[in-house]
Amino acid sequence: MEKTVNQKAWFLVLPVFLLVAFSAVIPLMTVVNYSVQDTFGDNAFFWAGLEWFEEMLSSDRLWSALGRQVIFSATILVIEVPLGIIIALNMPKKGGWSSFCLVMIALPLLIPWNVVGTIWQLFSRMDIGLLGSALLAMGVEVNPGKDPVAAWVLVVVMDVWHWTSLVALLCYAGLQSIPQAYYQAARIDQASRWSVFRYIELPKMGGVLLIAILLRFMDSFMIYTEPFVLTGGGPGSATTFLSIDLVKMAVGQFDLGPAAAFSIMYFLVILLVCWVFYTVMTTLDKQEER
Amino acid sequence: MAKITLSNLAHSYISTPSQESHFALKEMNHVWQDGGAYALLGASGCGKTTLLNVISGLIRPSQGRVLFGERDVTNAPTAERNIAQVFQFPVVYDTMTVRENLAFPLRNRGMDAAYIAARVDKIAQMIGMEANLARKARGLTADAKQKISLGRGMVREDVNAILFDEPLTVIDPHMKWELRTQLKQLHRQFGHTMIYVTHDQTEALTCADKVVVMHEGRVVQMGTPQDLFERPEHTFVGYFIGSPGMNLMPARIEGNVAHVAGARVALSGFYGALQGQVQIGIRPEFVSLGDGRTGGLPARIRRIEDVGRHRILRAETPAGEISAILSETAPPLAGMTHLTFDPARISVFADDWRQSPSGSAVGKAA
Repeated sequence: MEKTVNQKAWFLVLPVFLLVAFSAVIPLMTVVNYSVQDTFGDNAFFWAGLEWFEEMLSSDRLWSALGRQVIFSATILVIEVPLGIIIALNMPKKGGWSSFCLVMIALPLLIPWNVVGTIWQLFSRMDIGLLGSALLAMGVEVNPGKDPVAAWVLVVVMDVWHWTSLVALLCYAGLQSIPQAYYQAARIDQASRWSVFRYIELPKMGGVLLIAILLRFMDSFMIYTEPFVLTGGGPGSATTFLSIDLVKMAVGQFDLGPAAAFSIMYFLVILLVCWVFYTVMTTLDKQEER
Repeated sequence: MAKITLSNLAHSYISTPSQESHFALKEMNHVWQDGGAYALLGASGCGKTTLLNVISGLIRPSQGRVLFGERDVTNAPTAERNIAQVFQFPVVYDTMTVRENLAFPLRNRGMDAAYIAARVDKIAQMIGMEANLARKARGLTADAKQKISLGRGMVREDVNAILFDEPLTVIDPHMKWELRTQLKQLHRQFGHTMIYVTHDQTEALTCADKVVVMHEGRVVQMGTPQDLFERPEHTFVGYFIGSPGMNLMPARIEGNVAHVAGARVALSGFYGALQGQVQIGIRPEFVSLGDGRTGGLPARIRRIEDVGRHRILRAETPAGEISAILSETAPPLAGMTHLTFDPARISVFADDWRQSPSGSAVGKAA
């Protein structure tokens, strides 16, 4: 079929272009603008070039926040992904119980971040919190305000509590899509429970699992509210992750230049990881087609 | 290998069945001979797959027993029954190579590596996949995958039976022929009991020594293709087997004469008083045309279908539409107003079940 050339069609793209420019590109450019300038107040800005970037790249503060961030994301992935799979495997597949379980499992996902932070803040208190006082009664002192280990454990457990459901639900959906004949064939082939998991369930869950990992990685890498409410990034800077640090810098200290440079690098890291995931996913798809 | 006995077997998917219609499988008693090739034929939803799954142990029957040889396996799990089953849609282990797929049932049973390799090669050759053994199963086409499923079903030599659940549904027509022939050859070679579920009568009739026709959860007839054609036990067998199926007409029987919509149709035997809804059935192969001088059922010819080797005539009669197969040598159609039936080929049914004559008409009618 001949394609009709009509340059006026470009106008149809205009609304989207304007919307994206207004909501994303221009705000981002403002950040870029700040990242290459300095000010001494009075709304007077000077060209600073890549100074802020150099400063940020050589700052221990940023590198240690990034280190904590990576450890945190890795920890929660290592816990949440296998745990989510185990929960999904053990959920009832049909009947009234399955609906009940689905609702129960979805509940934590419906709670707003700051409320989750508050719940765990209260929960872990040794004077009035159920968890804190119960552990105290057993002789374990939980003091996230003083003890960095306790603060870390609490933040990780809170994230697991809040988000394992997401992994479990996605895996459950993946499992539900496996036709019954696969399990029957496996029984006839005398496959062990492990083989069924390894050769039927895991490959069929692969796609959703990758999405679950991506979502959990991105979310945990950008986590702000929950640890901010629970520990405030402390004690010291023990649980100060990238976002918390960024907000401290931009809003607390009003260091707009460094914060902008920080933001851009943060953004680039996330973009890079997304790209890696995207590439991995598409190559896997291609393999499937071959 | 063993003969399979189904004793008082019935199954319902409802936990407390209270009436007959709750049963997907109505009570049945059957013996499947060791080494036989059976085709389980019936329309969709008639219970074929349920019966197959009861035999393979994927479903525990609500009542009755399943015996392999003399051993009661009703409660034995699938693995213990040592059965192979091939499903309607290909089931392959995506992440394994073709070779690993074929070897999987053997490896799970702890066979030694040399035996597995030899066996896998043999099966691969049989299903025509030697060239693809090292490939991942994931990217293969549906019919290649189904061939792997078939191969996995046949890879074990010591199985009690191989069950096929409409295995050729997704296979290309030309490949169907080839695989069907191979299955048959295989059956002759190894003598496994083979149960083959299908809704395609050609497949059933070519594949099996004995065809088991199921209808509404019941086995209505178990017999050779010839039995099914010549002496259908049930009206369902009559119209399900054959192309077109048997013509069925409501009738009133008096001795050796059937009254069909006012016309007299001669029968080859005497029938006593029949209870219920009485029908006579005649295969289109044994319907011929006449001009009315020799009697018969008045008919108006609606259309003729040329299907190559013969022509199928569809005629409107007071007793409903009747099909007839016209041979090459059939007389011209002009002036033909009646249909006549070969008395020896007429079946009589009461409430859908075949009735046998109480005495022969030959000699008495004269």
